[in-house]
Amino acid sequence: MESSENGRASAHGHLPPDPELRVKALEEVLVRKGLVDPAALDAIIDMYQNRVGPRNGARVVARAWSDPGFRRALLADASDAIAGMGYAGRQGEHVTAVENTRDTHNIVVCTLCSCYPWPLLGIPPGWYKSDEYRARAVREPRKVLAEFGVTLPKDKAVRVWDSTAEMRYIVIPERPPGSTGLDQEALAELVTRDSMIGTGLPMEPRR
Amino acid sequence: MTRIHDMGGRFGYGAVVPDPDGTAFEESWHARALALTLAAGALGSWNIDMSRHARERLHPREYARFSYFEKWLAALANLLVETGALEVSDLLPRASDQTAQALSSHALKAEDADALLGRGSPTTRDCQGSARFSVGDSVRARRLAENRLVPGGHTRLPAYAAGASGRVLRHHGFHVFPDSNAHGLGEAPQPLYAVAFPAAELWVNPEHPHDEVVLDLWESYLEPVQ
Repeated sequence: MESSENGRASAHGHLPPDPELRVKALEEVLVRKGLVDPAALDAIIDMYQNRVGPRNGARVVARAWSDPGFRRALLADASDAIAGMGYAGRQGEHVTAVENTRDTHNIVVCTLCSCYPWPLLGIPPGWYKSDEYRARAVREPRKVLAEFGVTLPKDKAVRVWDSTAEMRYIVIPERPPGSTGLDQEALAELVTRDSMIGTGLPMEPRR
Repeated sequence: MTRIHDMGGRFGYGAVVPDPDGTAFEESWHARALALTLAAGALGSWNIDMSRHARERLHPREYARFSYFEKWLAALANLLVETGALEVSDLLPRASDQTAQALSSHALKAEDADALLGRGSPTTRDCQGSARFSVGDSVRARRLAENRLVPGGHTRLPAYAAGASGRVLRHHGFHVFPDSNAHGLGEAPQPLYAVAFPAAELWVNPEHPHDEVVLDLWESYLEPVQ
């Protein structure tokens, strides 16, 4: 049987220790060898810095709040429903939407790495990738929620989704009180990134 | 036994620090590290399960010390050397550079980046086989959360769920099996299920009697509960 260990596992130790210099050194050698095109790196960064982020997910949630047919389709097959809005691709090939209700609050974590629905929420925030969140969200989600300023009613169950496969999860929060009559654009403004991970609640409209 | 990345449920960690307005990248080198990893991945020399495993088998001391994108960089450098795309000497300062790179014809072009990322790499597979479990079935996660194909190999059954009983909530169809795919042993797709475990199955002191944790688990991680 092949073992997963090997003698070259520390090749990275030959690079400079400072992370900024590490990236530079590795980029330089890959570019010199024609393995990486610096313009492709710029294009990738532009996508996740400027074009793909939590506003995409917010539009999906706002539409689910406003359009019962879309909500049904989203809960039945989220990958298909969001593809119809132009959202698909890396780290969002397979998506499931889970809905908060009066009885259940959903929260998403990846205890093994940092799986996150990129096409809907962008690159995960630092805390989502932190040891603290990965270790604690499954065992004491209510304490973690309290650190985000969220306290749930005693009769509400918490369902934690640990993203252990290539299925990505987005939380559809409960529509906030006082939002009747708002159009989808105004509703999307209320949807925070954290409310779609389950560590936050949507904002309430200003009166 | 498990590896250091298998963090679910561990004691000893402090508070989570929220970041409500967060930008995509806290440091500009984070963005560069992510882009470099994706662009190098486009060479096709490894799959996503191999790259996860490369991060997981960093030395435990390094895994604990490195920040998130430092783990990515270290694993990337290791993978490049392990797959022969680079030599160790290429990583040294002022490396001379004579090697012809057959692989360079696979280098990601800027104009192809959007399409590549927009396409992603779906892991569902059309399979004829039938699923052993149905929604609502009671199942138990295997007691030993270890790769059964390769000693110390990649697996996606977290230690905290090993031996716990739950019920099948969803059937996600057949998905590529990471325990095999991470080691170049083929995709070996299996049915994947979302399995709900009552918190009391997983923790001695659950916060609330109705709380649950749901994990996505491949069929071979599960056994029926009579």
